[in-house]
Amino acid sequence: MANTYFTEDHEWLRVEGGVATVGITDYAQEQLGDLVFVELPEIGRKLAKGDTAVVVESVKAASDVYAPVDGEIIEANTSLSSDPSLVNSAATGDGWLWKMKLSNASQLDSLMDEAAYKAHIG
Amino acid sequence: MTGEDTKHLPLEDLHNAAGARFGAFAGWSMPLTYPAGVMKEHLHTREHAGLFDISHMKLFAVGGPGAAALLDRACPLDAGALEISQSKYTFFLNEAAGIIDDLIVTRLGDNRFVVVANAGNAAEDEKHLSALAADFDAKVEPLDRVFLAIQGPDAWAALARASIETGSLLFMHGVEPRQNWFMSRSGYTGEDGFEIGLPEADARDLVAKLLQDERVQWVGLAARDSLRLEAGLCLHGQDLTPEIDAASAGLMWAIPKEVRASGHFIGADALRSILERGPSQKRVGLKPDGRQPVRAGAALVDADGNAAGHVTSGGFGPSTGHPVAMGYVSTALVKPGTRLFADVRGTKIPVDVTSLPFTPHRYRKG
Repeated sequence: MANTYFTEDHEWLRVEGGVATVGITDYAQEQLGDLVFVELPEIGRKLAKGDTAVVVESVKAASDVYAPVDGEIIEANTSLSSDPSLVNSAATGDGWLWKMKLSNASQLDSLMDEAAYKAHIG
Repeated sequence: MTGEDTKHLPLEDLHNAAGARFGAFAGWSMPLTYPAGVMKEHLHTREHAGLFDISHMKLFAVGGPGAAALLDRACPLDAGALEISQSKYTFFLNEAAGIIDDLIVTRLGDNRFVVVANAGNAAEDEKHLSALAADFDAKVEPLDRVFLAIQGPDAWAALARASIETGSLLFMHGVEPRQNWFMSRSGYTGEDGFEIGLPEADARDLVAKLLQDERVQWVGLAARDSLRLEAGLCLHGQDLTPEIDAASAGLMWAIPKEVRASGHFIGADALRSILERGPSQKRVGLKPDGRQPVRAGAALVDADGNAAGHVTSGGFGPSTGHPVAMGYVSTALVKPGTRLFADVRGTKIPVDVTSLPFTPHRYRKG
């Protein structure tokens, strides 16, 4: 059973078996506008919570996406290399950014559930 | 993001109703995008007609027997040689020939001109021009207008349907079609189009009429920037600054030969000596390899890692389908096809020097 968590920085995490699939929320993709490039992370990179994992570039600007928890990158969504607009059209589905193996699952406790996130964005 | 001093557009309620997302630019709260998004807004402008609220820009009336002489002092211009209704792209220069602002001057009558200045420099421009006016028999009057741009191949037809005939007006000409209106065939997209300064009540009426036309849609500041960048047009504050001169910027075409040789404009001596020794850097187009945009501020190096210049504007070109940029490089490296590298977060992105514009201009010149 997968659990979905949200961060104040407008990321979502779907956690299953110690692995989190991470993306940005629909609200975030709307704020960024049309994406034209996603700089994907290297497999095997170890990230601490708050490190820049991915850079998403819209027509106008580049924005960092941070690691929401500690862990190691095990997969990047390479389909974004040819079609970055997947993040706009399917932010919480095919537009996922990376998968990471959690190294401190207790960090998930400080994240929001969907109801709390909805309240957060108003 | 919007502090107390932020200025608001007179038509802000219309942009809100249209679902605009706002952002700060040059002290103004400006519509950045509408629900269609930057990509579609950009392409719609190139295919049909985009409507832009550019009321953050400032119009000045310059009049009086000394008006032409005042402009000839403030700008590298022969204002008296302009035909009535003719517009000219020009600059305010400082004593070092640096560009204080880039402007469009239009002659409306024997002793009457209108100057269109950038939002970010409007206050400084007014101070500068008013101070100079004291030495001439001329008056500088900021105009209180809504300023709209309608740009794209269907712009003229959309205006015609809104009962505004543009038939005989050519690119870089401006007229006063109604009382307190100023309309020029000009713009910042590379497309055929018009810029119209008019009183707020008239503007509301015109916008309502134009938006009834399915060829017309609001376009925000984000697409205005990608359109002008593809068109190779400079943004003051990025591609032009008071530290950059017209020779380095590749804008000497805007300064008539006789004015270069013998004009008495501010900065004339400095510009002449720059021309004599040649600029050390020049503005060029830059085409990054691949899909990753290269942004303003990125350093450029040559194949051996030597400093080559820097990027002043960069982003993605929705019409070109690839990233586009411009910047300044050492004069030895300006040849189209020269391979350079831009530093983007520590990665060296290959970029090729290229001629501008990225998308051909489609002005109506005659």
